[in-house]
Amino acid sequence: MKTLSDAWDWLTDPAHWSGGDGVWHRLTEHLLLTVVCLVISCLIALPVALVLGHLGKGGALAVNISNVGRAVPTFAVLVLLLLTPIGKWGQGPTIVALVLFAVPPLLTNAYVGMREVDRSVVQAARGMGMTGSQMLWRVELPLALPMILNGVRIAAVQLVATATIAALAGGGGLGRIITAGFNLASTAQVVAGAVLVAAFALIVEGLFELAERLAPGWARGRSAA
Amino acid sequence: MNGQVTAPQVTAPDDCLARNEWICGKYLTTRSEILMDAVLQHLEITAVSVLIGLVLAVPLAVAARRWNWAAGPVLGLTTVLYTIPSLAMFSLLLPVYGLSAALVVAGLVLYSLTLLVRNILAGLRAVPEETRQAARGMGYGPIRLLLTVELPLAVPAAMAGLRIATVSAVSLVTVGAIVGYGGLGNLIYAGMNTYFKAQVLTASVLCVVIAIAADLLLLGVQRLLTPWQRGARG
Repeated sequence: MKTLSDAWDWLTDPAHWSGGDGVWHRLTEHLLLTVVCLVISCLIALPVALVLGHLGKGGALAVNISNVGRAVPTFAVLVLLLLTPIGKWGQGPTIVALVLFAVPPLLTNAYVGMREVDRSVVQAARGMGMTGSQMLWRVELPLALPMILNGVRIAAVQLVATATIAALAGGGGLGRIITAGFNLASTAQVVAGAVLVAAFALIVEGLFELAERLAPGWARGRSAA
Repeated sequence: MNGQVTAPQVTAPDDCLARNEWICGKYLTTRSEILMDAVLQHLEITAVSVLIGLVLAVPLAVAARRWNWAAGPVLGLTTVLYTIPSLAMFSLLLPVYGLSAALVVAGLVLYSLTLLVRNILAGLRAVPEETRQAARGMGYGPIRLLLTVELPLAVPAAMAGLRIATVSAVSLVTVGAIVGYGGLGNLIYAGMNTYFKAQVLTASVLCVVIAIAADLLLLGVQRLLTPWQRGARG
C-alpha cells in the first residue's frame, strides 16, 4: 500500500511531467514511435501480403513468419542491432526492431484474410469478367478487411510493448521512466512508469476495440483473436 | 601503454575475443560455465512458469465452460493481462516480489495463463454435443465425462496453446534481466553494456534454439497424447 501511494505521489508531482525526461516527452516519443513504425510496417507488410494472398503463393512463409517472430526475443534483437552500425543512429535500432516485430502479425493476418475469401465469390467475380487487379481491389480486399484490421490491432499492441522494451537498450519512450526508476532504485518511479505503460497499452487496445464496434458491419471482425 | 609494449604476447592475444568478433569459438570454450548456468536458469524459469500457468488454467477454463457467466470475466481479465507489456508487468510486480526470480515467474505465469485459458476453453467448446450425449447415455457422470471425454478431446487445442505459451515464455524470460533473473537475458544485458558482441550473439542464438527445441518437444508430447490423430494427419 505504501508503494502505491508513493507511486501516486510520483505521478501527481508536476516536476516529473515536464522536461526531457518528463512524462509528456516520453509519452510523445512512445506515441510517435508506435505510429511511425505502424505506418512503415503496414507499407511493407500489406502490399506483400495482398499480392501473395491474391496469387495464392508463399503461404507457408506468410504463416510461419509469425511463429518465428514469437521465438526471437525482442530484447536480443534490440541489443544485436545496437551493436551493429545501425546502433550509431540514435533511435535506429528501436525503429528497425519495432518494424521487424510488427510485420509478422500484419503479414500473417492479411494473407490468411485474403485466402479465406470464399472461393466461389472469387470465381463469380472472374465469371463477370473482372481482371486480376479488379478482383483484388473490389472483391478480395473488402472481404478480407476485418482480418487485415485485426492484424493491424495486434501489430499496434505489439509495437507498444516492443517500444517499452526498447528502453532497456537505450531507446526512448515510456519504458525509460521504468529503467530510470530501476537505476535510481526507486520502486515508486518503477511502479508509476509501469502504470503509465500499462494504461497506454490498454488505451491503444481499447481504441481499436471501440473502432471495431463503431465500424460498419463489413469492416467488423467476427471475433477478436 | 608502455608496459604493454614489453610483453605484447601476454596483454594482447590476437584472437576473436580480443577483436570482439560476433562469432567466437573461444568464447564458447572459456565461458562454458557461465553459459550453462544462464541456460539452466532460463529453462528453470520457463518450465516453472508454464507449469504453474497450466495448473491454474485448466480449472479456470473448465469453470468458464461450465458456467457461462464466468466466461466473460475470465476471458476479459486474461486479455487485459496479455495487453500489458512485459517490462511494465514485471515492474508492477516489483513491490510484491522485490528483485527475485519469483517476480519473473509470476509475470510469465500471467502471460501463459492467458494463452492457455483461451486455447483450453476453445478445445472444450469444440467437443461435439453428440459425443457428450453419447457419454451421458453410457452412464458417465459429469466428473467422468470431463476427465475421460472432454479433456482428452481438448488436448490438441490445449497443446497448441501450451506450445505458443512456452515459446513466448522462453523469449520473455530475457526481459527478466532488468531484475537480474533473465537467464540468457542477463548475458545479453551485460554484453550490451560492455559491447561484447560474441556474448550477445551466442546468448541470443541459444534463446532461439531453446524455443525451437521446446516447441519440437511439446509437438512430440502432443503426438504421444493423441494417438487417434496420427492416422488422420498422415
